[in-house]
Parts: sequence; structure tokens; C-alpha cells
Amino acid sequence: MKRIISGWHILVAMLQEIFDEAAYARFLGRAGIVSSRLAYAAFQREKEEGYARRPRCC
Amino acid sequence: MNKMLKILGWGVVALLGAVAVGTVAVHRGEPINALWLVVAATCCYALGYRFYSRFIAVKILALDGLRATPAERLENGRDFLVTNKWVVFGHHFAAIAGPGPLVGPVLAAQFGYLPGTMWVLAGAVFAGCVQDFVILLFSVRRDGKSLTEMAKSEIGRVGGFVAYVAVIAILIILLGVAALIVVNALKSSPWGTFTIAMTMPIAVLMGVYLRRIRPGKVLEVSALGFVLVLTAIWGGQYVSQNPALAQVFTFSAPTLAILIMVYGFAASALPVWLLLAPRDYLSTFVKLGTIALLAVGIVALHPTLHMPPLTRFVDGTGPVFAGKIFPFAFITIACGAISGFHALISSGTTPKLIARETETRMVGYGAMMCESAVAIMAIIAACVVQPGIYFSINSPAGIVGQAPAAAAATISSWGFPVTAADMQALAHAVGEQTLYNRTGGAPAFAVGMAHIFSHSLGGDTLMALWYHFAIMFEALFILTILDAGTRVARFMVQDALGHVYKPLGRTSWYPSILGTSALIVAAWGYFLWQGVKDPLGGINSLWPLFGISNQLLATVALCVATTIIIKMHRAKYAAVTLVPLAWLVAVTFTASWQKMFDSNPRVGFLAQAQALAAGPATSVTGRLIFNNRLDAAVTGVLVVMVTLVLVESGRQWWGILSGTREAPVKEAPFVRTRLVEERLVEERG
Repeated sequence: MKRIISGWHILVAMLQEIFDEAAYARFLGRAGIVSSRLAYAAFQREKEEGYARRPRCC
Repeated sequence: MNKMLKILGWGVVALLGAVAVGTVAVHRGEPINALWLVVAATCCYALGYRFYSRFIAVKILALDGLRATPAERLENGRDFLVTNKWVVFGHHFAAIAGPGPLVGPVLAAQFGYLPGTMWVLAGAVFAGCVQDFVILLFSVRRDGKSLTEMAKSEIGRVGGFVAYVAVIAILIILLGVAALIVVNALKSSPWGTFTIAMTMPIAVLMGVYLRRIRPGKVLEVSALGFVLVLTAIWGGQYVSQNPALAQVFTFSAPTLAILIMVYGFAASALPVWLLLAPRDYLSTFVKLGTIALLAVGIVALHPTLHMPPLTRFVDGTGPVFAGKIFPFAFITIACGAISGFHALISSGTTPKLIARETETRMVGYGAMMCESAVAIMAIIAACVVQPGIYFSINSPAGIVGQAPAAAAATISSWGFPVTAADMQALAHAVGEQTLYNRTGGAPAFAVGMAHIFSHSLGGDTLMALWYHFAIMFEALFILTILDAGTRVARFMVQDALGHVYKPLGRTSWYPSILGTSALIVAAWGYFLWQGVKDPLGGINSLWPLFGISNQLLATVALCVATTIIIKMHRAKYAAVTLVPLAWLVAVTFTASWQKMFDSNPRVGFLAQAQALAAGPATSVTGRLIFNNRLDAAVTGVLVVMVTLVLVESGRQWWGILSGTREAPVKEAPFVRTRLVEERLVEERG
């Protein structure tokens, strides 16, 4: 049971990382602010350049 | 006892793998079950990972769990970040898995299922996984440097320049080919066109939702987007059955090509949050889900492969693309076996997330194994349909004729019986007007995937929905690459132009954004237009060109890897990268030579230009002649550049091995990790 729960946590963490939710949480923590429209807009501004440069394979 | 059990267990895996590979390789006559391919692949991957990757990790790379990685030393909470190995694995796999391992194997299935399967298995275990693994580790040891930077610092300025040009060339050719696949999948298909058109407002809606309604809830909005896409697929059926609406969404190939170019330009110039990012989320969501579903479907259904192991087209007369099994099977299938593009990802985001050096084995070698498994699934999907149907879908009108009866007669005469009525019934079952001449690989894969899904879930009544789900899935994949790729290429061009005139390098300066976006779209749009106008279906010329450029990039990556291995005084093990390098050089140089100079007009670009010049002149003859000469020139330039890298690398190796040249390893200095102690403290306290 413990392993299943641990596996589930890893799966969720993996999805949160792939879908940038974890990056947003880190951004909020780093900036010491709570989630809001303005915070998300600021996060996206920070993320924008790196995001657009990230290569994806064929 | 434990050791004995392990030896026994691995012995059983090896025996089972040998039997499965042997069955796949020598079985003739009756159709074979797809499970043999699945078992062969699973055993090869397990053995490759357990023994070969471990050998590389221990003997050559000497992975050091105590050495701090850039994620730890340079951690900034943004690019550099210590991350759980499974999370990095998922992240890396999501980045390397694109439509390539789906389309390439489908096209190469014209040779039969055997060549593609063997190349995917051997290529991945001995070449692709090795490349991804070593490049990832070398990047980790160099503060996450990119392939281009490593080529420059390890081989020399020529290496860096060639890698840079090769990346731009591959991106442009890839984008042109990818767009052509979408055009061929959507032409005269109101259902497919409607569904794909709907993904754009859905993406914008997701972007607005993320920005205004529920900031940061990406998984939630992706799930919502997925439900909306499924609704759009269902709605597409209604559109296709309504004459007025069907007419609105029925486009010819040239019109679709123009629409896709307009889309590519808009996606490159619009803010990322509005279209690009949400589309990417949606695409990733669908991609991961569908790959998992397809794997389950194949195992559950374990279908029979109707394609023979080898077809008559190994002699180079294939209708899908011309050219013999060597070298063309090996450049047609890139991503599932070895892809130079992966080296960019292994030296991009991933090395900045790795917590410990020892994890590069699982992430680099392991993720590529999963990518290879996707290619095996694509081979199965292409080979479960009757060969006559496969060739009817994938053969261009220029080869089999435009009329259904003529096409069916030609394909049947090859020994792959099919009737016009069969094709009409299939087209009807999947909700299309026709499935003839749907080159590019995507429709054939969609038919195979729909076959697998409908037989394991939903029955024949859902065949049309599954088919359009598959088309949507591939097109979504490809359009995501199109918009992200156009943007990445735009940044690269802006970086270069910034050296000439500084404002052009500013990524937020709108004249530069618009100018460079137009330049990139015009470049890949040219290849797209060329493919749309090509009477042989375009994919015949452009896919090999893409394959050659992609494998040439892998050649550059393996040159970098071999150089570093020799500099690390591990020359006696250099064969690990040198043998795949030699193979790729043989494959790509032979393919390039044949594509340029072969006397068969279906193979050689120049021969085709000559044949066109000698034939009756039409309004497009001049352009087709120019296109073929241009393709030959592009191939020639790429080969010359990679030859320069090989010569430069060879000089380095000779100098180091003969002792006339110093071999400084340009790694970041060793710093002991603190993560081990921190973990111990956590466990104790």
C-alpha cells in the first residue's frame, strides 16, 4: 500500500513538472506571493523566453 | 542463492528474447502475432538496459554518485533544479516523443515488418540510447552545455558552426515535412479539418482560463481541453454528414498549406501564453494518454500482422518512397532508433534537472528505450492492416493512378490484393470520402490505430471516431512542433542576426519578431509547397531529406561523444560510439549520394530534374526542376559540412592518440555533493 501511495505521488509530481504546475509553485515560493492573475502573468513572463526556446523532438 | 536466482532470471529473459527475435526474423508464410514483436522488444530493452548501459556507465563514463551536478551547484529554482529522477524521466520522455517514431516506421513498413523492427531494436540499444545517455552525461559534467557549445569546445569552431547550421536546417526541413503530413491527412477531410480547427479556439480558451480564471491549474485545464477536443471529434462527424458544413471544411492541399503557414506565423508572433503554451499542454496530455492507451490496446488485442516480413520492395521500387532497404530503411526510421535531435534535448533542459550523475543512465538510456517502444507500436499499427490497404493509402497517385479501380488493380498486381469496394467500405467506416493516395504515414497509422482500438474497445461502430481521434492526435502533435519549432528557429536566427545589427537580436522587438517569423515560415513553407505540388506526393523526396539531415546531426553528436571518450583516456572503449558513428556515416553518406546522383529519377534529385526537363513541359515543370536541384544542393551542403566535422574530429583523435596533441577534458571541476549527507540527516532525524 505504501508503495502504491508513493508511486501515485511520483506520478502526480511528474505530471505537475511536465505541466509546469511545480514551476509555478516554486515561482510563488521564491517571490513570496500567493497565486493570482498577476502572479501567473509574472510567472509566464519569466517563463516565456525559456519556454519558447525549449526544443521538442520530431 | 540470490545471485543464482538473478543469473537464472536473466538467462530466461535472454532465452525468451532469442526465441522471440528468432521467430520475428525467420518466420515466413503464415501471418505472425504482434505479441512476438512485443516480447522481442521487451527482452532486448531489458538486456540492453541491464548489461550494456551498465557497462557504459561503469567502464566508460564512471558515473560518480558523489559528484555534484549542475542542478545542485547552480540551483536557481528556474532552469537549474534538483528534481526527482522519475520526474526528470517523464519530462525527458515527453520532450523526445514526437510524431517521428510514429510516421517513420509506418513509411518503412513498405519493406515489410522485419527491417523496421530489427533496426528499431538494434539501433535503439546500440546507438540511440547510447547517444542520448552519453550526451546527457557529458552535458551534466559541463554545467548543462548545449550540443552546439560542446561541439565548439571539444572539436573546434567548425564543429560548433556545423552543429548550429545543421540544427537550423533540420528544423526547417522537419517543419516542412511535418506540415506536409498534416496537409495530406486533412485534405478533402471535413471531419479531420473541423476537429483540428477546433483545437485552436480550445487552446486560446485554455490560455485565457489559465491566465484569468484559474491561474496555474494546468493539469485541470488540460483535462478540460481534452474533453473539449473529444467533443470536437464527435462534432466533426456531424459536420462531415452535413453537406453545407462539410463544404465549408473541405479544403484542397494547396489551401491547407497556406492556412498552415498563416497559423505557423501567428503562433510564432503571438504571446506564448495565448496559443503556444496551452497547445503544448494539450498535446502533451493527449500524447502521453494515447501512447499508454495504444500499448494497452496492443497487448490486450495482440493482433495478427498481415504485412509479410519482407516485401518485394526491398529492391528499391517501393511506391511509398523509392530506394533500397540499405540505406533508406535506416534514414526513414530515425526517432525510434537514433535521432540527432534527441541530442539537443539531452543537452537542453534535462541535464539541468538531474540530481545525481548515476540517474543519467535511467533518464538518457531508459527514456530512449521507451521512445523505441513507441516505434515498435507504430510498426504494429501499420502492419495489422491488410497490405493492399496499406499500399492503397500510402501510394501516391503518380504511381498507382488516380482512379480507384486502376489503383486497386496496380496494387493487386504487386501481390497485395485489394478492391475498390474494400477501400470504399473502409473509407465509409472511418467517415472519409476516400483513403486513396493519403501519403505521409499519418492516415495509415490512424487506420491501424483505429483498428486496434475499435477491436479492443467499442467495436466497429466506433471505428470512425477512433480514426479521427488518431488523426487529431497526430495533427495536434505535429502542429505543436510546428509552432514551437518555428519559434525556436526564430530565436536562433535572432541570436545570429543580433551579431550583425543589435536590435534584431532583441526577442521582444516587434519588427524583428515579425521579420524573423516570416523568414522561418517562408523557409519551411517553401518545402511544404514543394511537397504539395510534387506529383509523387512530396513525402517521397522530403522525408529522406529530413532523415538524412537528422542522422547527420546524430553524426555530429557521436563525433562529440567519441572525442570526449578519447580525451577521457577511454579510447579502448571508443567503439561504443565509434561503431554507431561509422554505421551512420555509411548510411547517411550513401543515402545522400543516391539522393543526389542516382540515375533512377524516383531516387536521385538530379535525375528527376533531368527527366522532367526531357519530358513534356507544363506550367509547373520549371519549378519542379528547380526544387529537385535545390534538394540536391541542400543535401550536398549538409554532407560537406558533416565531412568537415568528421575530418576535424579525426584530426583531434589522431593527435591525442599519437601524443602530439594535448587532451584537456573541459568538464566543470569536481565538487562533492551535499545531497547524500542531507539525505542521511533526513533519514536519521
